[in-house]
Order: sequence, then C-alpha cells, then structure tokens
Amino acid sequence: MIAARNLTKIFRDKKRGEIRAADDVTFRVQPGQIYGLLGANGAGKTTTLRVLATLLAPTSGTATVAGFDVVREAQQVRANVGFLAASTALYGRLTAREMIGYFGRLNGMTDAAVRARIGQLSAELDMDDFLDRRCEKLSTGMKQKTSIARTLVHDPAVMIFDEPTLGLDVMTARAIVKFVRDCRARGKTVIYSTHVMSEVEKLCDVIGVIHDGKLLAEGTLAGLRARHGEQDMEEIFVKIVGGEGSA
Amino acid sequence: MNWHNIVTVYLKELKDSLRDRRTLLSTIIIPTLVMPLLTFGVGKVMSGVIRKAKEEIPSVAIIGGADSPAVVAALKKSAAMKIVATPADWKQAIGDKRLRVAVEIPAGFEAGLKAGSAPAVKVCNYSGELKSENGARVVERFLSDLREQTIADRLAEHALPKTLARPFEFRRENVAPPEKVGGNLFGGFVPYLIIILCFSGAMYPAMDLTAGEKERGTMETLLCSPVARVDIVLGKFLMVLTGSLSAMCFMLVSMGATAAIGGSLMMGGGGATTKVGVGVAQARSTMDVIPMIDPLGLLGVLAMVLPVAVMFAAAAFTVALFAKSYKEAQSYLAPMMIVVIMPAVIGMLPGIDLNARLALVPLLNLSLVCKEMLSGVWHWPYIALIFGSSCVYAAVALALAVKMFSREDVIFRA
Repeated sequence: MIAARNLTKIFRDKKRGEIRAADDVTFRVQPGQIYGLLGANGAGKTTTLRVLATLLAPTSGTATVAGFDVVREAQQVRANVGFLAASTALYGRLTAREMIGYFGRLNGMTDAAVRARIGQLSAELDMDDFLDRRCEKLSTGMKQKTSIARTLVHDPAVMIFDEPTLGLDVMTARAIVKFVRDCRARGKTVIYSTHVMSEVEKLCDVIGVIHDGKLLAEGTLAGLRARHGEQDMEEIFVKIVGGEGSA
Repeated sequence: MNWHNIVTVYLKELKDSLRDRRTLLSTIIIPTLVMPLLTFGVGKVMSGVIRKAKEEIPSVAIIGGADSPAVVAALKKSAAMKIVATPADWKQAIGDKRLRVAVEIPAGFEAGLKAGSAPAVKVCNYSGELKSENGARVVERFLSDLREQTIADRLAEHALPKTLARPFEFRRENVAPPEKVGGNLFGGFVPYLIIILCFSGAMYPAMDLTAGEKERGTMETLLCSPVARVDIVLGKFLMVLTGSLSAMCFMLVSMGATAAIGGSLMMGGGGATTKVGVGVAQARSTMDVIPMIDPLGLLGVLAMVLPVAVMFAAAAFTVALFAKSYKEAQSYLAPMMIVVIMPAVIGMLPGIDLNARLALVPLLNLSLVCKEMLSGVWHWPYIALIFGSSCVYAAVALALAVKMFSREDVIFRA
C-alpha cells in the first residue's frame, strides 16, 4: 500500500526562486489497484514518485510505502519497490542477464536465487534469445523487457511507473500497458504517472490529477466523468486544471 | 556499511570498466606504453638526430687569415670539417643554416704565435642549433689540438720534457652504488610520472562512474536499489582507486621491463639486470656504472603513493560527480591535472629540500620524499608526517565524496 500525507517538495533555484514541485499532496493506493497520476509536463508527477521511491526526501509531509516510512526507512521502502521510468536506463556494457543479476544481488538475493529468478522472468517475458547480449545492442522492445525484469527481480509489492511509455513505439507501449495490468492481477500496489489520457482511461482504477504540484482532483474514471459532466478524459483534465491556458 | 553491497557494486563496476575502451586506455594501455615509447621511441628518434648531426661534416668559413697561411692550410687539410668560400653575409648564412660555423683568424695570428702572444681566435656559430654547435665543437677541438702542438713544439725547442706543461694526470671515478646514482638521476622523474599516471588513471573511471552514469540514465536506476548511498560511493570509489593504482602498477612493471631490456642492450646483450633498473642511452659511455633504482626505495615510494592515490580517486570522483555529463566532467578534471602536475614539477627541481612545512604540502611532499627515498635517504620523521598528512587529506576527500553523493542537488542536478 502507498499512503502519502501532505507531501511537499520544495526546490530552491537561484534564478526561479522557490519551486513547490509537490505541494501538500495526499492520496492512498491499495494493493491490487492502479493509481494514475495524471498531469502535464512539469506538473510534479516525477517529483512525487521520486519522493515515494526515496530518491528525493520530502521537504514536509510523510509517506509510507509497503508500510515503511520514506524518510526513516528508505532502504526498506526501496527493497519493496520496483521503479520503472523513462529515465531509468540500462548499463549498456552489461548483458541483460548481468543487468538483472546485478539488481538481484543488490536486493540481497543469493546467486542461486538470482539464477532461478532470471530463468523464471526470461520465460515469462520471452527473453531467452537476447539474455546474453549486451544491453547497448538490444532493440527498444528488448531493452524495455530487460528493464521490466530488472524491476521485478526481487518481486516487489509496490510498482512505481513514471511515464514508462514515453518515446516508445505502439507495440512496445502496449507491452508495457499489459505488464502494468499483470502487476495489478498479481495483487501489487501500482502507481502510474502519465500525461497520455488514453492510458489513464484504459488502465487506472483511481485517477489523481496533479497540476503545479497540487493534487486538484481524485476519483474513479466514472466518478470524474459524473462530477465534471464530460465523457472525454482530456476535457475533464482541461476543466480540472482551469482551462486551456493553464496546462 | 554493508561489505556485500560494496563488493557487489565494485565487481560490477570492474566488469563494466574492463569493457570500456577509454578506461582501458587510461589505466592499462597508456601506462604500459609510456616508458617503452619514451625510452625506445623518443630516445631512438633523439639519438638518431644526434648521431646524424655528429656524422655531418660541418661547413666552416674562414674569415681573415691571409697572414696565417699555415693555420689556414691546416684547417683546409682537416678531414673533420669542410672549408667553404666565405659568403659576404656569413652571419646571415649561419642563421639560415647554410653555413655551420665561421672561424675568425685575427691579423698577425701566426706571427703572434711565434712571438708567444697570439691574439684570440673567434669561433662564430648559431648557439643552441644542434649542427652548428657540433661544428663549433669540431673547430674548437682543432684549435685545442693546435694549442697543444704549439706547447709541445716550444718544449721540444728548449729540450724540455712534456711533463713540464702537464705535470700530472687525473681521472674521475664514481664510488656511489648504482642505486644511489639512479636515485639521484631519476628520483625526481619517477615520482612525477607516478603522480601523473595515478591521477590520469583515476580520471576516466571517475568520470564514467559518475557523470557518465548520470548522462546515460543509469544513476537513477542504481539509486532505486535498496543499497545505502555510502555503499554505492565506496564500491564506485574502490573502482576509481583500482584505475589509479593499476595505471601506476602497469607503468612500474613496464618501466622495469624497459630497464631490463635497455640494460641488457647496454651490457651487450647479456647480463640482464636482476634489480629494477633504469638506464639511459649514454649512461655507459658517460659513467662507469649503469644507474639503477633501489627496490627498497621503490617499495617505500609505493607505500607513500597509496594514500595519495586514495585522495586522487576521491577528489576525481567528487568533482566528476558534480558534472551532468561526461563532457562537463572532462572540463572540470582537465584543469585539475595542471594542479596535480605543478607540485610534481616543483619537486623535480634541484635545490628544493624537504622540511617540516613542505612536508604538509600535498603532492609536493610526496614528490620530495620519494626523491629522497629513491636516493637512499630515509628521514623517518618526515616520512611519518607525510604519510599521516596524506592519510588525513585522503580521508577528507573520501568523506566529501560520500557527502556529495548524498546531496539531491548534485545527483539530480538539472
């Protein structure tokens, strides 16, 4: 489970002054649920997710992930999280097997457990053909599969996806969406950030709209449609953020 | 601190670095090739140029000498030089390298010689120009022989023994052992090379493991793992240190091999040196001993370099970590090389001796103490002070690296 309470992250920039990238954000995500964090570029999605993944420390507020506090128990949080983002790349000079194995060992797994888990993931994700090829030589789809295997190697209870389909072709993006659904089916707690409305409509059980660091609206797709009198998610989003000029 | 995690990170970085051409180049290939290239490559080219210059028969112009026909005839007869017609612009000709030397015989030289008070002969050349300098030496040798002959003739004329002008002979003999001679000759140069290679060996892994990872997007991937940041820093730092030390070790092994081969060649193909020795091309001809480096001194140098290598690795890591890209890291670390070279160069200069104050100046202290140790001088209080202070500097640099790695504004610098 993920529980964020009044989460605030402030960056201080010499030119721009104080930037409230996440401003008093509160939400909960239950196991077996996909929470979609919807927002334009620079809305605060990545900052919020980085705080949940303990990559950044919150300026104020608290959050627990899988029952662990993101500030006091950061290592336990990371041990229970699989974080996949467009910015989490692979080591080009390692093979896919070495890459997955490295993260397995960093998660405290024994060599035997790592070997067994790689075999299992390779079969599930159909990676046998390129498992011993260097990551720099892999196609985008193969890289994405390797990244997925890397996030799943320690079988985390919580999955955090930060715009995972950014820049991917249709087929690879569909594979990612399928993988996210599989995570929900396995009872994992999933948080998924995107600015693609169709992905939110297809995937998310609960949607949170974030803008200028603030969580402006939250609810199921049906609930948001009813509340704003619109069927199209894009129209709903524009209404929530206060018109065309705000995004 | 979790050693399992540190070793896991280190082994991964080692494997990754061994597959990186730039790192291999700076930590193994260049350090291995630098000594053979300097000795056999540059040395061979230099000795070739010098030999060619020596083989050339210099063109010499005679200015004056109309009233000294015997001297002019002797000059013309000498096989060591080629007398050419004196050009009107002989000074310009020397400057343009059309003429090597001009010898100016003053009026009344031969008559003065007979009378016992000859005026001075002037030898004009292009100072600093190899072939002209060589030509001047040939002319000076001719004049020196002429002077000796004149003395011999005068002594014979008065039926006096030759020993009157040269009552005794003397010769110089080196009594210092080869290690001391080597230490004195190379004591400044070896630490200089070690310092530079230690730093350049640390530079590329440091850039690749920090700014390179940020640029490639793998830093965020790594930070998602449940490993404490201090463990990540130490694992990466150990790899940078490995790069630094391997550059030094490969250079020393290569230097030893070069010396053994060079020494063997100088000994005429046999009698390869059993100690780590460094020879110079003309050592055998100019001194009666092949200079060597004392293995004990070299061990001492290695011990003293260790904390400095730690400091280099931590400093390079910290500076490179601040950069967003490999290119930016390069622009930060390249000027650092000058900072590293300066004290090493000062340490090479003659006349700068170790004292308590200099013993606290990083790098300069290493350069000076290594020079002493390689010459067989062991100032234990200074050695302890330098080792201790280097350890403190290294610890501070490492603590700074850990602190920087924990800063969000450094890791996620946009």
